[in-house]
Amino acid sequence: MSLMHVSSPHVHKPVSSVEQVMKQVLLATIPGVLVLTWFFGPGTIINIVFGSALALAFEAWALWLRGKDYKTPLRDHSVIVTATLLCIALPPYAPWWLIAVGIGVSVLLGKHVFGGLGYNPFNPAMVGYVVLLVSFPLQMSSWTEPRGIGEVPGIVDAFTALFAASSYDAVTAATPLDLFRQNSGMLFEDLMQSKAELTGPIAGLGWDWVNLAFLAGGIWLLRQRIFTWHAPMGMLTALTICAALGYDEGSSTGGGSVLFHLFSGATMFGAFFIITDPVSSAVSNKGRLIFGAMVGILIYLIRVHGNYPDAVAFGVLLLNFAAPLIDQYTQPTVYGTKKVEADE
Amino acid sequence: MRQIFDIHGGIHPLERKDMSNPGWVSDCDMPSKLVLPVTQHIGAPARPVVEVGDTVLGGQMIAEAQGPVSVPVHAPSSGTVTAIEARAVPHASGLNDTCIEISLDGKDEWVGCEGLDNWRDETKAALLERVRLAGIAGLGGAGFPTAIKLASDRDGGIHTLIINGTECEPYITADDTVMQCFAQQIVEGAEILAHMVSAETVLLAVEDNKPEAADAMRQAAAALEIAEVVTFPTKYPSGGEKQLIEILLNAQVPSGGIPADIGVLCQNPSTAIAVRDALIDGKPVTHRITTVTGMSLKDPGNRRVMLGTPIRELLETAGFNADSADRVIHGGPMMGFAVTDLDMPVVKITNCVLAPTRTEIPPPQPQQACIRCGMCAEACPASLLPQQLYWYARAQDQEQLERHNLMDCIECGACAYVCPSHIPLVQYYRSAKGSLREAAKEKVRSDNSRARFEARQERLEREAAAREAKRAARKAAAEARAQAGDDPVQAAIERAKAKKAQQEAEQ
Repeated sequence: MSLMHVSSPHVHKPVSSVEQVMKQVLLATIPGVLVLTWFFGPGTIINIVFGSALALAFEAWALWLRGKDYKTPLRDHSVIVTATLLCIALPPYAPWWLIAVGIGVSVLLGKHVFGGLGYNPFNPAMVGYVVLLVSFPLQMSSWTEPRGIGEVPGIVDAFTALFAASSYDAVTAATPLDLFRQNSGMLFEDLMQSKAELTGPIAGLGWDWVNLAFLAGGIWLLRQRIFTWHAPMGMLTALTICAALGYDEGSSTGGGSVLFHLFSGATMFGAFFIITDPVSSAVSNKGRLIFGAMVGILIYLIRVHGNYPDAVAFGVLLLNFAAPLIDQYTQPTVYGTKKVEADE
Repeated sequence: MRQIFDIHGGIHPLERKDMSNPGWVSDCDMPSKLVLPVTQHIGAPARPVVEVGDTVLGGQMIAEAQGPVSVPVHAPSSGTVTAIEARAVPHASGLNDTCIEISLDGKDEWVGCEGLDNWRDETKAALLERVRLAGIAGLGGAGFPTAIKLASDRDGGIHTLIINGTECEPYITADDTVMQCFAQQIVEGAEILAHMVSAETVLLAVEDNKPEAADAMRQAAAALEIAEVVTFPTKYPSGGEKQLIEILLNAQVPSGGIPADIGVLCQNPSTAIAVRDALIDGKPVTHRITTVTGMSLKDPGNRRVMLGTPIRELLETAGFNADSADRVIHGGPMMGFAVTDLDMPVVKITNCVLAPTRTEIPPPQPQQACIRCGMCAEACPASLLPQQLYWYARAQDQEQLERHNLMDCIECGACAYVCPSHIPLVQYYRSAKGSLREAAKEKVRSDNSRARFEARQERLEREAAAREAKRAARKAAAEARAQAGDDPVQAAIERAKAKKAQQEAEQ
């Protein structure tokens, strides 16, 4: 026998790998994607399948250009997670070129120009999303009507939309956050009664269920210990406090109710799937709490006072800049460096 | 019930302790040759006091301690010294070291051992000297000279003695077995240790996965009033000295300090027995109980082994199947190191020899990119940020490594155990610690040479000034003489002329 000379520890936690972590994140998106599909049809799933295929191609290409081994990293599923998160954020029935541009920007500019997995200072999916949002605002705000108001497109419609030369001309409707931002002169309670899109049990038709589904997926990930509670809790708490402080009994210029903010748009998706990206976030638990809280505050400010209906992407990217600074001030107290108490 | 506390992080690796059947110990067959390294402890190597060809008896000192942080080595049985040369020794570095080889005659004749009838009558210094001469170094695996540890009480002394029977490493059951079989001797040893450091409390710490050991210890501890058995939940690495102190006392050893700084002394159960044997029976450390385990063995278990027994022979007596193993580990799977040569011997720190099969402990997987998931920080018992340390270690950023307290890493391996990217983190830290130590030494060296240079400059200046002063004084004296009508130049010319004339005359 030849003796292997390896360093300790010799044992490793069973079934723990990057691939496994990424797989669990993908699994956790399933409830949210299913609810999106129920309310808006198969568009999101088509987005994800098409986007993931493109992302794998871009990843392989980028690795090949960089002279790296381009087979093994494809198996870690990280690029599929990036593509899935971006495609969930895109409106369903987006044209193929929109997805292609978004994926290309995410994988190439968001990830590989910085050195690939583990080196990206920004959340790659959000880089792609923001580039699309500022470049193609029309296509990026074309959400179809949810089930219960309009006809939900079928699978054929979905493929037609994907490969349509011009943008798909389905009946599009404003999302609750759009309606909220465009509101002028209506009391919050009246606004919520005024439109069919806003008559869901909590925060608009379909959207509260979407948020609940992503919340469920997120809690499962938390229980699987893929991430700690700090960032999501920080963000949701900060958003709750801001919304509670800004809620003026529902005047026309007020900030909307706490539940409305917690369960509309990308709140839960952002809290459990976007700001929990470990690579671009702060590193310590305390740091992640602050990171999440700052994102929560930014989301509220941009939603209520900004020009965009939702703000998870902007909030996350701005805080990605701040992450190294947060790290600098939130180093945990190491064993034996605590101030010794007087009586010890 | 005593209140216990929790530590940050920790992991629960598969224990596999039943494999070695804790609670039973058998003697390992006497080998034909023993290889005894002169360094089986932390500190200066012992100096051989025998020569090739000498006959030695069991218990005879064959190498003496050199300097204060050193312990002697004794022959475990009778025979002839057949070689004193560099051999492979169990050490993480994989380097060779001086060993004394003894060919045993099989008679196992011993020198007469004289114990103390009443150790309480002796002075502490005398007791310490006996501990030192018995060659006792921490038998838990660290190998720090016990006499030094016992002598190093700081201001305020030691209030608590902890007998560390945690044994949190997977597979190992040596301490468990010792506690089950020799509880009374442990308590006797603890009593002596407590007396030597004037401790008021003795805590016998046992993890709750060893109920039989805890019961045995409880029965034995009834004989010692200040002793108390404390059990606490199983978690790796609760057996780390610093971690155990936090669990039992809710206190932390200051960074860079030792437990004595906060009035605590930790000792392994086998070390306590060794101290007892040294004082009561007058016997030095020549044997130890070692766990031999792993699925490559037909007959794993705990063995009483002569120090110096080659690992190969120990494995063979346990039915070793060399084809199914591709590594043999000295120590446990979390902190032990891979054996590079099966001829290396069992030494004082060998608490376990592990021969796993390839499926039991598979070869390491290829390293992937760090995704900063933070699972390592969740597992770290020292509350460090292992991933940050990893990035700084790769960047060789010594300033940040120090700021992130690299030196407080205990190398337990919990971070690498949970890392989904299979990064050998501990290896990075060991290497970075080495460079930090090197840099610190370098700094001392450069500070010293700067001081030397400055001192030399000062001396040269001083000498130059002194010469200048002398010259000025001579000049002043000459001038004074010239003024007095006494021209030294003329006088010198006269003298030279006279000398020359004299030389010519002689020719």
